Amino acid sequence: MRSMLTRVLALLLKEFLALFKDPKSRSVLIGPPLIQLIVFGYAATFELKNIPYAIYNEDRGAISRRLEAAFAGAPSFHRVATISAAGEITPLIDSREALLVIHIGQRFSDRLLSSDYAAVQSPLQVLIDGRNSNTAMLAMNYVRSIVDDFNREWMTERGLPSLPARLESRAWFNPNLESRWFFVPGIIGMLALIATILVTAMTVAREREEGTFDQLLVTPLRPGEILLGKALPGFLIGLAQGTVILLITVLWFGVPLRGSVPALYCGLALFLLSGVGAGLLISSLAVTQQQALLGAFLFMVPAIILSGFATPIANMPPFVQAVTYLDPLRYFMTILRKVFLEGAGFDVLASQLWPMAAIGAATLALAGWLFRHRMN
Amino acid sequence: MPSDLAPILVADRLAKAFVAGQQRIRALDAVSFAVAPGSITGLIGPDGAGKTTLMRLTAGLLVPDAGTIHVFGLDATRDALTVQASLGYMPQRFGLYEDLTAQENLDLYADLQGVPKGERANRYAELMHMTGLQPFVNRLAGRMSGGMKQKLGLACTLVRPPRLLLLDEPTVGVDPVSRRELWEILDHLVTGAGMSVLLSTAYLDEAERCQDVVLLHEGRLLDRGDPGEMSARLTGRTWAVAAPERCRRRLQMTLARIPGVIDAIVHGDAVRVVTAMEGFPPALATLPEMADSEATPVPPRFEDIFVDMLSRHATAAHVPAIPHDTPAHDGAPVIRVADLVRKFGDFRAVDGISFDVRRGEIFGLLGANGAGKSTTFRMLCGLLPASSGHLEVAGHDLRHSAATARERIGYMSQKFSQYANLSVRQNLDFFASAYGLAGAERTQRIAWAEEEFDLGRYHDHLAGDLPLGYKQRLAMACALMHGPDILFLDEPTSGVDPLARREFWQRINTLALSGVTVLVTTHFMEEAEYCDRLVIMASGRILSLGEPATIKAAARSPEQPHPSMEDAFIKLVEDAA
Repeated sequence: MRSMLTRVLALLLKEFLALFKDPKSRSVLIGPPLIQLIVFGYAATFELKNIPYAIYNEDRGAISRRLEAAFAGAPSFHRVATISAAGEITPLIDSREALLVIHIGQRFSDRLLSSDYAAVQSPLQVLIDGRNSNTAMLAMNYVRSIVDDFNREWMTERGLPSLPARLESRAWFNPNLESRWFFVPGIIGMLALIATILVTAMTVAREREEGTFDQLLVTPLRPGEILLGKALPGFLIGLAQGTVILLITVLWFGVPLRGSVPALYCGLALFLLSGVGAGLLISSLAVTQQQALLGAFLFMVPAIILSGFATPIANMPPFVQAVTYLDPLRYFMTILRKVFLEGAGFDVLASQLWPMAAIGAATLALAGWLFRHRMN
Repeated sequence: MPSDLAPILVADRLAKAFVAGQQRIRALDAVSFAVAPGSITGLIGPDGAGKTTLMRLTAGLLVPDAGTIHVFGLDATRDALTVQASLGYMPQRFGLYEDLTAQENLDLYADLQGVPKGERANRYAELMHMTGLQPFVNRLAGRMSGGMKQKLGLACTLVRPPRLLLLDEPTVGVDPVSRRELWEILDHLVTGAGMSVLLSTAYLDEAERCQDVVLLHEGRLLDRGDPGEMSARLTGRTWAVAAPERCRRRLQMTLARIPGVIDAIVHGDAVRVVTAMEGFPPALATLPEMADSEATPVPPRFEDIFVDMLSRHATAAHVPAIPHDTPAHDGAPVIRVADLVRKFGDFRAVDGISFDVRRGEIFGLLGANGAGKSTTFRMLCGLLPASSGHLEVAGHDLRHSAATARERIGYMSQKFSQYANLSVRQNLDFFASAYGLAGAERTQRIAWAEEEFDLGRYHDHLAGDLPLGYKQRLAMACALMHGPDILFLDEPTSGVDPLARREFWQRINTLALSGVTVLVTTHFMEEAEYCDRLVIMASGRILSLGEPATIKAAARSPEQPHPSMEDAFIKLVEDAA
């Protein structure tokens, strides 16, 4: 038992030395995660700013001017053109110069001023670039709220009865609906997974390529011990990286951490376990570092997309949703958001913890079996 | 004499250095020589001598730091394109496309070289006839043996007949039969087609087949000239010492320590000795240990001259003490192999072999690429499970207790596979712990390794930056760290210079004398002579098993009264085919 501990510790020490003495792998572990954190923290956002739009006002009346002014005054909108003919719309949208065109019809003011406005309502047309449906929807919502405000103001000024139902929304968990609060906690899971998978997937392949793996196999180290020695570095590096990003998330990006930290770490540990299992599975199959790298990306890209990191799982077709149950990142993503925004603890998270434990156990067992049977 | 003609290649004080890691390596240092047309010139030297650098400079692929190189009277650096047009260059790993057939490879190179379509049919027929590859034109290059690949590579280089042919170590990894055939092709090219050949090799016995040799060592020119004349300088200084009643390894160690002896190696039944002076030293003849021995003069070989030259430059090698207690050779077998089979799909890489290795024995596994020797070796070390049969190492059945058996074995492979980006000390530390050494024992064994292999001064160097000889020492130190009973050596001396090879075998001898069993694979026929017993394998079966002398004696014929190990090997393979 003691000699086993000595051997595994020696292997662990060697792995860390090899990892940190190599300037390439050292920089891979430090540089890219920070860059990704910055990219996602600052660049990945659902909010739209400076929506380029054009006005096609056929009305020219004072009221239509007021509506134009409402858009001009909105901080999210930026007028790029004023059009005088319908033919100008297509080139503007085609060239993406404008995301949307607001078309105020000829009789807009007339109709508003007519006594029976409720019956004839003034049409206001919005032509929008639907190529990116997500952006279009968001922009539409902004337009809608500006028009709503305009309507309400108009009605109060005239002493008209207000609309029967008025929508008043309060966002729970994220009062200002900051997309950063949604994204940044997810990055902890994503980056920890990348580090863990890369470290574990490459370590055996590198030794195979350099011919040192045979040398390792002829030592009294048993396959299980080698597996352990190869699994621990990835696990520990994932844990360290997760912690650093966690601190940045809370201290720099100011995302509130409301739930139980032990529960979060329990989730991280189980999640890394399944990551290590997948990494070892890749490395037991890959003969060269290139294959290992390809294998790692083949696993990571679907794992991230299916995790609900950026798009809700509920929107996926049923069979894809079924596949997401195999993705450990799916469960950890839930844990992260629940702990950060909902303030969840162990009681709520148990349903997310055991699937990761199961995935980890399965991948590790499979990797161990492959290790023993793929010695040739 | 070809030297009457203007030389086809002239190198003048050629120098080239590379930066590797933290060191600046002088790959070539003021090397000057000329190559006569219509001959085979051999660039001879161990790995790291500068052979490949010289080849690449000749082909205009590198720019020299200093000096010039002229080919066909043109500057190879400035007129590289013109020179390359009449040059054929086959690098160490020739770029054959493994997924294409032999014919498709030929077509591809003919296209690249711009050989007119009309001339191709004749040229192909000629080349395929010459290389004997005609029956295999439709085989994928990836499915060919090492020897066939080299011949195909040569054919591709020759699709457009060059005036000067550059071959960089064409015989590495090639079995002795194909090696002999390759040399016949080269002789034919020079005498028949008047081509000039510049060929590099680390095999010193190949020097004797060249008309002219250039001897390189660590980037310096040691000597050049006619190989026969060079070896002739040692006439009267080479001997075979035989003492039938004595252990030849002890005899070799005794002889090696006597002043005036430059070289002493086990060769079959006898010990081959090179003396510093002409005539057998009287001091030697009067030694008490030499009482019942007999010294007969033997013709010098090219390797002798190389060793003679190197030993003048080299510092005294570490000479290990002769161990006193000599356990009997014929103890119980420590390795037992019975009806061993290894299948890969339908292919039987090892097809029912059986042999025993006794304690303290040096046992050799010899065979061409694909003969099954590496597969056998890997099964013995527990790196590969057997398909069927019995395998027992140090009293442990590898099927059940491989890990326990591994505690008793040391392993050293030809790649000297230590961790290149760890320091020497970190490597030693790791392997000591991996073998379960701890506490005072660990400290003591690491100190022993640093002392015994003179690794102390490279303590903090990265293993990957070590000179080749020291890489080999480190590999051996790691393999011996835990004092194993059995040492497995996989082509342990490929590429190292003859002095380092001797030093290495010196250690192996000492180990064997102290009771360590050594199992070695090699393709150096010369090294087979150092073994107590060996097996020769082909197509997964054992062709012959026995002492080197017996195996050689079996190949004796009226045409060949004194066959070498290579002759015996070729005869066995040809008889089996």
